Order: sequence, then structure tokens, then C-alpha cells
Amino acid sequence: MQHKTLLYDGTFEGFLSCVFYVFEYKLKNVTIQNQFVNQSELFSDNETINTDKQKSDRVWKGLKQKASTLSSTKIYYAFLSEQPKVENVLLDYMLYIFNSSEKVDTDFTQPSVLKTSQIAKNVSREKHRMEAFVRFKLTKDNIYFANIEPDFNVLPLIAKHFKSRYADQKWVIYDIRRNYGLFYDLHKLDFINLDFPENFDFSKTSSDFFADEEFEFQKLWKDYFDSTNIKERKNMKLHIRHVPKRYWKYLSEKQPNL
Amino acid sequence: MSFERTLEKLKILADAAKYDVSCSSSGSKRTNTNKGLGDATGMGICHSYTEDGRCVSLLKILLTNHCIFDCAYCVTRKSNDVKRAAFKVQEVVDLTINFYRRNYIEGLFLSSGIFKSADYTMERLVAVAKKLRLEENFNGYIHLKSIPGASDELMREAGLYADRLSVNIEIPTKSGLKLLAPDKNFDDFIKPMEKVKNEIIQYKSEKKIIKSTPKYAPGGQSTQMIVGASGENDFQILKTAEHYYKNFNLKRVYYSGYVPISYDNRLPAIGSEVPMLRENRLYQSDWLTRFYGFHTNEIVNLNHQNLDLDIDPKLSWALRNLHEFPVDVNKADKRMLARIPGVGMKSVAKILMARKYRRLNWDHLKKIGIAFNRAQYFLVCDSNQFERRDLTATKLKAIILKNSNSKYDKLLSPQLNLFS
Repeated sequence: MQHKTLLYDGTFEGFLSCVFYVFEYKLKNVTIQNQFVNQSELFSDNETINTDKQKSDRVWKGLKQKASTLSSTKIYYAFLSEQPKVENVLLDYMLYIFNSSEKVDTDFTQPSVLKTSQIAKNVSREKHRMEAFVRFKLTKDNIYFANIEPDFNVLPLIAKHFKSRYADQKWVIYDIRRNYGLFYDLHKLDFINLDFPENFDFSKTSSDFFADEEFEFQKLWKDYFDSTNIKERKNMKLHIRHVPKRYWKYLSEKQPNL
Repeated sequence: MSFERTLEKLKILADAAKYDVSCSSSGSKRTNTNKGLGDATGMGICHSYTEDGRCVSLLKILLTNHCIFDCAYCVTRKSNDVKRAAFKVQEVVDLTINFYRRNYIEGLFLSSGIFKSADYTMERLVAVAKKLRLEENFNGYIHLKSIPGASDELMREAGLYADRLSVNIEIPTKSGLKLLAPDKNFDDFIKPMEKVKNEIIQYKSEKKIIKSTPKYAPGGQSTQMIVGASGENDFQILKTAEHYYKNFNLKRVYYSGYVPISYDNRLPAIGSEVPMLRENRLYQSDWLTRFYGFHTNEIVNLNHQNLDLDIDPKLSWALRNLHEFPVDVNKADKRMLARIPGVGMKSVAKILMARKYRRLNWDHLKKIGIAFNRAQYFLVCDSNQFERRDLTATKLKAIILKNSNSKYDKLLSPQLNLFS
């Protein structure tokens, strides 16, 4: 059978619309792929699938009837990993669930079930780390600003956490890898896109943009961080396992002395 | 707030507080109300890690390092020649709020040297917590240290504003305490702990009738014991921990490998190794009793008073109880699954779910993530390779040690030679 590639717009709804399409036409030999990520397959028949909210809702609702909430959450988390070919792992998982007469969503002997669970766990770990490693800096406009660069697209997952925590301050968390952010204005939460000035350095606290007291608190925090270390127990291997180096550039306590 | 002065104080009072192990910010539920600041979630978050690998979740400081006591193991002891400082109540409040707003911390851990008297000190700790809650509408985590000898009224108030209270017993035996902290009275530790326990019990029963009963120390209480300062064995330490878990409903007991800080000849000399591996084994044992259904007596007892350093306590138990094995993964109950060396509670949960669908074999188990190098000798499943031959405990231990790469190998090498 001719191999078919379904292209979608990168959204979760778009992906679910593809899953709907696979079912509708009982496709066997198929790849689902984000149209903005270039990995064209040779000898493949490409088709662009339009995102259809109604169809994606039907798939999602159907899934929830045949799988636990935890399993459907895992599918969403794994989707946000943006890992190459993750769409097909999820498709296999969903096909397995839909084609079984009993509940099979926790059958960890099935490769797609285990794989989804493992990818979801990686995403969940980074979500948790972002809740920990976001460092807000107070801007001259009285907004607490933070930039992040996570491997996975976890911004949608951390929104609720920060909203319930920082209800009385304005804040922005910006994903500079994916170029979008979250803005809380004391009332509601929105996704935003920002243009940054040419000379904006995400790892520095320039006095052009940030409040004067910001430097003092960063210094207090860094000094606190250094004094709380017990040098007789130094264990850098453990330290790096907890705080992977790729996160260091935006952690104020990891900056050279101010 | 004078920045320069605060900076100096923070250095001194963070440095003095760093030997307190507790940094947990979990176990409380305090949701953000009236659009205030902060939200203490059930699981807690570590915001950073020191270079020694311990988590930084709370701003952990002393209110002051002035102290009227002279406990040999403590850096803050009266006779120690160190710089002294004291925070004002408002300074601690400002630091906490500003660190929290920048997402550096989950909350505050406030301890103190004892100045003037127990009550005078406790009153100030409570004042910080009260100000944070009532004036700043702060809903983050607050852990206050109970000062031994503080009055019941103050302990009651402390629990109304703090999420967790703790009093460090530090030395696990009465005789050790007498030797190293002659000014301290064992009963002074017990009294505030008893008070908090009773208040928590009372809160829970009142809560059933009156929904609006104000929360009392929702994160419970904890304590800490120093390991390796006064010659106790692991049996004494774990039995003491068991006693506190049982009689005072403690949430956590922390074990703190003693870092030598004094030339006092009652204590290990400066420069002697911090017993980190032993500390690690104590935590593993603690976990086995709290989450794996083990009884303390199974881990340490009169015939086995010290934990093995070269193998973990679960493997050690298994080797002493080979008659309980092999466990059939496809039939055994949760309790026995949890006792297989190399199988953690997460794997136990996965096994229980997965075996509903089919009988599990080695391939399944490996993918689920069990530690095969240990587990293989203690279980049977739907494949028959790797079955345990009739090996003695000594033989088994030697094989397992040979096939594992412990991060502690370097520390252990002289001992390993004994078994090779």
C-alpha cells in the first residue's frame, strides 16, 4: 500500500484531527507530521489535514471513555515533547486503545503504552523543573519578567501553577526558543508574542530594562546560595544531576559574581 | 532595608543555619486566598541545589546566632569564636517576600540561637510568621523551629501561622546529650513536641465539626538527629526514630552526617570524613519503614545492629531471609513485591497494573525499569532463564557486588576486599 503522510498545523487539535482522519479512512501505512517541521519522506503521498475542532473533540471524548484521565493526560504531555515521530507513537497507543474491547491503557507490556508513559514522564520532569528554575526579574515597568528555553513545550503546562502562586503581581514568562510567552496582568492570563530590542541579552540584567533593586536582590540570593553550601560535603556530580548545565545560563545564582 | 547590612547578616545567619537538614516544603496545603501571594502545594518544589547536592527550597536562616547554650556539636555555641548577628523581624519578612516574588524559594525556614530565654526567642519567631500571614497575605510555606523549653501558649500560636514545626533532638540518646549538651534537658525537647502533637489531634477532631477551624501546623512536625558525633549505632538511631514516628506522629525524621566543626575532644576531629554513606543508608532504611511496609526490627535488631555500608538495607534483609524468595512476580501480593531487591514502589505499581493483561516475563520487567542486577536472583516470572541457583547469601552478595557499579565504590574498596 502507498505510504501516506498527514501534515497538520502543529496544534494538539490538528494532531487529533489527523487521528480522526486515520480512523475515517482506515489508513494503515501512515505518518503524522507537523507541517512546519521539515522531514519529508521519499515516495510518500502527502496530504494536509485541516484542524477541525469538532473532529478533534470527538476523538478526545472517545479516548476519555476508553482510558483513564491519567492516560489521556500522558498523551497530551507526550505530544508537547515535540520529539520527532512522537505523533506516531501516540497514534499507535490510541489505535491500541480504540481497537480493544476492554480498557488497555495501562498495559505496560505494549511498547506504545510504555513509550508514551516514558516520554510523558520526561515532559513532566521538565515541567516540574521549570516551576523551580524560572527566575523572575523586576522590570522598570513593575512587571516580573522571566525567560526560559525548555527542551519541551511546557509553557501551557506551567500556566496554572504560576497563576495561582503569583496572583498579586504582574508577570511574564517567555519561551525564547519557541518565541511566545505567558502574560498575567493581575486579572487574566494570555499567550503573547514580544519583540525584543536588538541589544536585549537574556542572560544579563541590564539597568536599561530592570529596576535598581533587582541587582540587590540577585546579589542577596547569590550570596545566600553560596553561604548555604557545606564544602566538606561537596558533590558536583549530584549537583549537576539536579541542576543540568543547560539551565545555568538563566539562573541568577549561577551567574559570575555581580 | 539597608542592603549592605542585610547582606552581611544574611551571610552569617545562612551559614550558621546550613547544618539543619530539613528543607522540605511538602505536606502542606495552603491555597492562595483573596489574590494574595503564594500557594503551598502538596508536593513542594526544590528551587535550586547547593554544590553539595542538597536542595534549596526554603530560605533557611537563623534569626540570630547569639546563644546562651554551649552544645559541643553546634557552630552557634556560646564558646565558639564566630561573628554574631541578629535579624530584625521586618528584615526577615522583606527577604522572604522578595525572594518568593522572584521564584527563588517556596517559603521560609526560620530557626534561631537562643537569646535571653526560650520564650523570648520563640516569641520573635512567631512574630515573623504572623507578620507574613496577616500583613503580607503570604500563603507560601513556613517552617518554624520550636525552641526547647518554649511555653505551651507560644507553641499554640506558632502552629496557627506555620506549616511545619520541628525541634531537633540532635543526639539520639540521653547519655549522649548529657555529654555533648550539658545545658540542655531532654524533657525540654519533648514538651513542645507533645504540645504540637496534641494540638494537631485536637485540630483534626474540631475540624470534623466546625469547618472553619483555623489550620494548625498542616505540614506536621519533624526532627533531626546527628549521625556519627556521639558513638550511637544504627540500631539505636533507627529505634529512636521509630519511637518518635510512633509516639509523636512525626512526618519526617532527618539524619545528618556530622560535619566536624570543633576541636572539642569529645567529638570527631576536624578533617575527619563526614559519614555520608551511613547517612544515605539510614535514609534508605527510613524509607523502607515508611513506604515499603518494613518493620524497624527487620532492618536492624540486636543481632544486626549496624547497617551494611556496601549493600542497601533491602538487599541486606533479603540476604538474611533467603527463605522468603524467590517471589513470583505474577502472583505475589504488593507487600512481597515491594520486598524484592531492585524493585522500587513505582515498579511495583507498574507490575500490578501490567500483570492484569498478561503474565510478565524478564523482557517486560526490564522495560518497566527494575534494577535487574539485583532483582534477577530474587524473583521468578514467565521466563525461566536467570532463575536463582542454590546460592548462599555470601556467594550471592559477592556476585551482586561484582556486577554493580556503586557510586561509593571508591569509599568501599578496602571493605570489598574482604569478600573477594
